[in-house]
Amino acid sequence: MQTETTITAEELVGRGNREGAQLFRDWFASLTETAENGGPAAYVFVMGSMNEVLKTFDLPVVFPEINSLQTAVRRVAHEFLDEAEDYGYSPDICGYVKADVSVQLRSGTHPMGRIPKPALSVLTNACNTYIKWAEIWERMHHTPMFTIDVPGSRHAGGQTWSGDRDFEMDRGYVEAQIWELIDLCERITGKKFDQDKFREILWYANDMSICWKRIIELNKNSPSIFNALTDGTIYLGVANGFRGTREGSEYFKRLVEEMEYKAAHGIGTMTDEKYRLVFVGVPCYPIFRRFNELFTEWGGTFINSTYLWFASGGTNRGFEYDLKNPVASLAEGFLISVRDAMDSMFHQDRAVSDMIEDFKVDGVVYHPIKSCRTVSTGLADARRALMKEHDIATLFVESDMMDRRVVSEAQMKNRIDAFFEGLAGRRDRARIQA
Amino acid sequence: MAYAAGVDVGSTQTKAVIIDEDRKIVGRSLIPTGANVIKAAEDAYTQALAELRLREEEVEYVVGTGYGRYRVTFGNTQITEISCHGRGAVHMFPGTRTVVDMGGQDTKAIRIDQDGEIIDFCMNDKCAAGTGRFLGAAAAALEIPLDDLGSTALKSEKPVRISTTCTVFAESEVLAWLGKGKKIEDILWGVHLSIASRSAGLLRRVGVEDEITFTGGVTRNIAMIKSLEERLEHRLNVSEDSHYMGALGAALYAMDHILAHRAPRDSVEANV
Repeated sequence: MQTETTITAEELVGRGNREGAQLFRDWFASLTETAENGGPAAYVFVMGSMNEVLKTFDLPVVFPEINSLQTAVRRVAHEFLDEAEDYGYSPDICGYVKADVSVQLRSGTHPMGRIPKPALSVLTNACNTYIKWAEIWERMHHTPMFTIDVPGSRHAGGQTWSGDRDFEMDRGYVEAQIWELIDLCERITGKKFDQDKFREILWYANDMSICWKRIIELNKNSPSIFNALTDGTIYLGVANGFRGTREGSEYFKRLVEEMEYKAAHGIGTMTDEKYRLVFVGVPCYPIFRRFNELFTEWGGTFINSTYLWFASGGTNRGFEYDLKNPVASLAEGFLISVRDAMDSMFHQDRAVSDMIEDFKVDGVVYHPIKSCRTVSTGLADARRALMKEHDIATLFVESDMMDRRVVSEAQMKNRIDAFFEGLAGRRDRARIQA
Repeated sequence: MAYAAGVDVGSTQTKAVIIDEDRKIVGRSLIPTGANVIKAAEDAYTQALAELRLREEEVEYVVGTGYGRYRVTFGNTQITEISCHGRGAVHMFPGTRTVVDMGGQDTKAIRIDQDGEIIDFCMNDKCAAGTGRFLGAAAAALEIPLDDLGSTALKSEKPVRISTTCTVFAESEVLAWLGKGKKIEDILWGVHLSIASRSAGLLRRVGVEDEITFTGGVTRNIAMIKSLEERLEHRLNVSEDSHYMGALGAALYAMDHILAHRAPRDSVEANV
């Protein structure tokens, strides 16, 4: 009989990527089934998905951000963007929104399956585009949008925490909104809110949060055990789609097992890891693999990324819900996590600065994107602030997360090559000085 | 005597420079890049060799640079023009702390530290506004030879304000000013001021610090030098060889390689 202890390295290493890809396919297969049966679904966003409440009502969750980026990864985003622009959307509008509009215009047809229509959409104020985006669904499908106003945000370094008077008032404000959402879900689904089921979902979500925090910390290891840009995006897909599920919990526990094994056995993502990099921003999905290769060709690998923080909705903080007081605790965790996700976009310089020594960072890559000013605005300032504090190499390279018309590989390569030439020069000088 | 070469394949022109062990330029050439990038690199290199009557095998190491650096098929390695312009500028003007390189389709701002190492850089982004191409478009619209642009622009007394940031639309704007009866020199000086403004923005992103060295093909344009100096309120280092700065930097890296890999005389003798 085979046990976990007899598992071979071949089975273990890369298991997270294989299983993540399979779960992802399963998720889209189930969404396709829902769409074909005309079942209800909830449209949500990565920063504050409310998976925990929606899954209690058996509402399948649809992440339009993930659907859109998948069109880019599959190199068909331009077809979707063109269609939305032909429909009247400006080239300057968020590429995620436009690709999703095309999916809606195509009755849910998507490269990975069919996307069901929304019975409701749930969003936060973490991104200003979320609100305008949900209004589009409201008009298209005549279904409600539910906006959760997350207060006390965009104030890095001056945050209040559990127990503080202001925090408790904010928590109460979020909790009241969650009860309103529960009421709305009851009306839409015709089901009563099941507290026991809700607790079970929170329990699974706790597993995921604990594991996610641990996985990110494990990448302090040299050589790094996963690539924050490529592998990390696979993990993020599961973190969002399967939050609060047994499969999600199991996946992340197994992922921790894989990562701990790799760390213990010195198994890195590269055979010769020369430069450890942090990525700030949203990936360049139109040339996703190639973008990463432009760095790995020089021996550079991404050991952490702000994307792992904000695209996990702040799950990286590892907040654990108190199952004895579930709704109040969800409000607390939601407040902390969404706030952190927003800070990861707007005030990431502190967090990046703090990790330079711990993660043995050689360079920081800032990747502002044309079609998302929310995440890109301020990156130049953040970079300047970091460089003032640390003698560290940084690269500022702009492209897009969706639109290949503004992705110029040749220009990016030039900047990336120069960045590595500079890193090599730094290393040579350090060697001479030593 | 060892020789090293740098070949800078730019979007408009290809430059080759050969230096000797004293790091002095002993041969140079400049030709239009055209459509055949590989041939342009070969031709520029061959011309530089011919000037010195050197045989190819007498040059020990060749570095390719510029956007076509990977098409320098005979080169030993490639280094970006960002590093090469920085290196060339510091070699020619050792006090250089900031470099502005203006070429056919790129404008670069490069920041250099006190040790002559590049610490930051910034380039125009997927748009030729603020580059030599912008000047080319204006010259074509006004039917003025490129070499006369600078001297004509400096005759201006009342420059127009060019507001477009698009090279293609700039041509329309130039024609619109002509239609309004504006003088050619006033339009041209307006074009220079517009480019200087965009370039100054790039420079400020990396931080402007004296000395500033101006490199690239547009250094031959005296109006561009003047407009940049006025905008930045700094004097610019410019040399007759500024156009070759990228190729020079590449050649300097090539010479570094030769000297670093040359076995010390003592050890050679000992081995013998």
